Amino acid sequence: MAFPRLNMLSYWSFFLGGVTMLVSFFVPGGSAQSGWTSYAPLAVIASTGQTVWLFGMVFLITSSLLGAINFIATTIQLRAKGLTFMRFPFFVWAQFVTAFLLLLAFPPLEAAAFMQLMDRLAGTSFFLPSGLVVSGQVLTNAGGGNPLLWQHLFWFLAHPEVYVLILPAMGIVAEIIANNTRKPLWGYRSMVYSLIFLGFMSFIVWAHHMFMTGMGTAMAAFFQTTTMIISIPSVVILTALIISLWGGSIRFNTPMLFACGFLPMFGIGGLTGLPLGLNVTDIPLHDTYYVIAHFHYVVAPGTIFALFAGIYYWYPKATGRKMSETLGKIHFAGSFVCMNVVFMPMFIMGLAGVSRRLYDGGAGYAFAQPVLHWNIVSSWGAWALGLFQLPFIFNFFWSIWKGEKAEDNAWQATTIEWAAAPSPPPHGNFHVAPEAYRGPYEYSVPGAARDFVPQCEA
Amino acid sequence: MEIPYTVEIRRDTGLTNGKIGIWLFLASEVMLFGALFASYILIRTGAPVWPRGDTILNVPLATFNTIVLISSSVTMVMAWASLKRNRFGTFRMYMGATILLGATFLVVKYFEYSHKFELGLFPSTSNFLALYFTLTGLHMLHVIGGMAVNAYFWGPGAKLWKTNPEWFTNRVEHSGLFWHFVDLVWIFLFPTLYLL
Amino acid sequence: MTSEHAVDHHDVDIDKHVRIYVTVFVALMALTIITVAISRLHLPVHIAVSIALLVALIKGSLVACYFMHLISEKKLIYAVLGLTAAFFAALLALPALTTSNGFWIH
Repeated sequence: MAFPRLNMLSYWSFFLGGVTMLVSFFVPGGSAQSGWTSYAPLAVIASTGQTVWLFGMVFLITSSLLGAINFIATTIQLRAKGLTFMRFPFFVWAQFVTAFLLLLAFPPLEAAAFMQLMDRLAGTSFFLPSGLVVSGQVLTNAGGGNPLLWQHLFWFLAHPEVYVLILPAMGIVAEIIANNTRKPLWGYRSMVYSLIFLGFMSFIVWAHHMFMTGMGTAMAAFFQTTTMIISIPSVVILTALIISLWGGSIRFNTPMLFACGFLPMFGIGGLTGLPLGLNVTDIPLHDTYYVIAHFHYVVAPGTIFALFAGIYYWYPKATGRKMSETLGKIHFAGSFVCMNVVFMPMFIMGLAGVSRRLYDGGAGYAFAQPVLHWNIVSSWGAWALGLFQLPFIFNFFWSIWKGEKAEDNAWQATTIEWAAAPSPPPHGNFHVAPEAYRGPYEYSVPGAARDFVPQCEA
Repeated sequence: MEIPYTVEIRRDTGLTNGKIGIWLFLASEVMLFGALFASYILIRTGAPVWPRGDTILNVPLATFNTIVLISSSVTMVMAWASLKRNRFGTFRMYMGATILLGATFLVVKYFEYSHKFELGLFPSTSNFLALYFTLTGLHMLHVIGGMAVNAYFWGPGAKLWKTNPEWFTNRVEHSGLFWHFVDLVWIFLFPTLYLL
Repeated sequence: MTSEHAVDHHDVDIDKHVRIYVTVFVALMALTIITVAISRLHLPVHIAVSIALLVALIKGSLVACYFMHLISEKKLIYAVLGLTAAFFAALLALPALTTSNGFWIH
């Protein structure tokens, strides 16, 4: 990395943030209870745990900011000789754009967290409106604050944040698909331009999380429009990944199973986001189970599947051994089915109007009665999903000692980390500094000796 | 393995790692203070009445502070220029002046704040004061941070001049960029809070 | 305290720069006096804001361009800052546009 000490600072800041968050469970009043969105005024009047949460966020945001600076500087300045931007593996592009999202979107939340701390600790009223009644008493704060200010500052980060969650995942899936189809990615250039466009647009869509706050039709139309536009690059990337499968010599190993599983799941997640991004259809769907289903589809069988894929894929690089294929396939099959059992019914519940964040899952509402049984289906699915993670956890640790030994380039991959670094890598990663001579996905090149030509092979 | 482009520039970007690093950091700081200014706009436009800055705050004192901070920006860039001219002694003098001017800024702020507290004016008193204390408070934290880094380069960090003067000069330049940014924020904060 | 690897071939360049720094300093002082003086006229809020913002922008630009050497920086830095400026503008303008007291457009 360009800044090794900054890297370390970033890690320890993250560690401190994590510890702080965990400590919050043990303070009087318990941990933060105002949702990940920490909306004012609830979060302002909540118990001590919320203050601890806010401090935790400051540490975590700082960690991300320092990391982002490091990733961007390193990618630009320290890439291997011959590694031009358009020769980057798609994963590198994904991380690069993600770093910019973190760099520019997180600070407003840091400012907002600071202001919420001021509200909680110094008695200010940044987010407290006048005349707020709490437990029958009118608050004596100065008032005049704006709860919507919190929402704007929060969502300014939180929307780019969801792209922070999905972009690296898309990067991982792209690498694994290219490797296991033994052919280059289809539409690499379009995918890269889409990434950049997506990153840019992600900064100007945030108020689609606030359609119900009375912003007026002009601004609602603005945010609806930018939201519809941002779906285009997403679709381009997903389509390119799917087309990349066509005509491939597909190897269905565990990483590839998860990578392929990602595709339809992210498709469902993305498509179900459309009625949420259109302000009229959002009216009946906002804050219902439909929203929960939508974002879980993109993050759970979406991002998390990509992360599983990445773990199975890069495990041999990090440890020199492969994880068990059998256990991996059980993990995949069980997880894929159960994810759908858990989250598909939530679309039905949401369309029926069941709100999210109800302590009784909707049991208190007459209109929810016909769909209540889906709660039970989801719950069974959740327990089963949990059980199917056990083979993965066992596999992860068991394989460290007993896994099948892997060669340095365990997957016969073209990218530099596979072709030039030992598995596991020594200090400094490479014995000799690698140089790039070609693109990242030279698979099945006619006339070549093997079905892949590494990027760094002279 | 030495990390390349720490001192010499990479030809295609024309930059050192540190130069990119500090500008990326400053970009994030622009967004941080941007959020605070956005908050100011939203809260002020949403308020039925809003006091004019000079009815509550001490404009002459803040004007003095503005001059102090701008002067410290000049001494900072002169400190770097002295290193480029190979005059370490002069660098020491200008950097020392920068730190002293920063300290002056802080002392004035101390008097400003304590006077407010004496009058019973706290962040919780009104949104005007909440914004005033929060914005100048966060700015002040940045002044302190900048001063700490400058003090390091004036003191223990100056050892680097003997072994790698180019790297030292670059690091002073980067530290200067942060300091100028702190000055730049004040250039906008001062009229916003005190004059409008 | 001088060292063998000391950089001294920029001396001529630096002299020119130092002259610029002094000029900018004088300009900044003048603009500070001006902005405080104008504020004492107690102009209507909208006009006062516009003028104060304009002066601040000029002062800020001087600091950025000359003290921070932005006027002769590399394209990459301009690109990063351009992006930042766009998002900064969005952050300041869009929330205000959504409130009825802000810059309401229906």
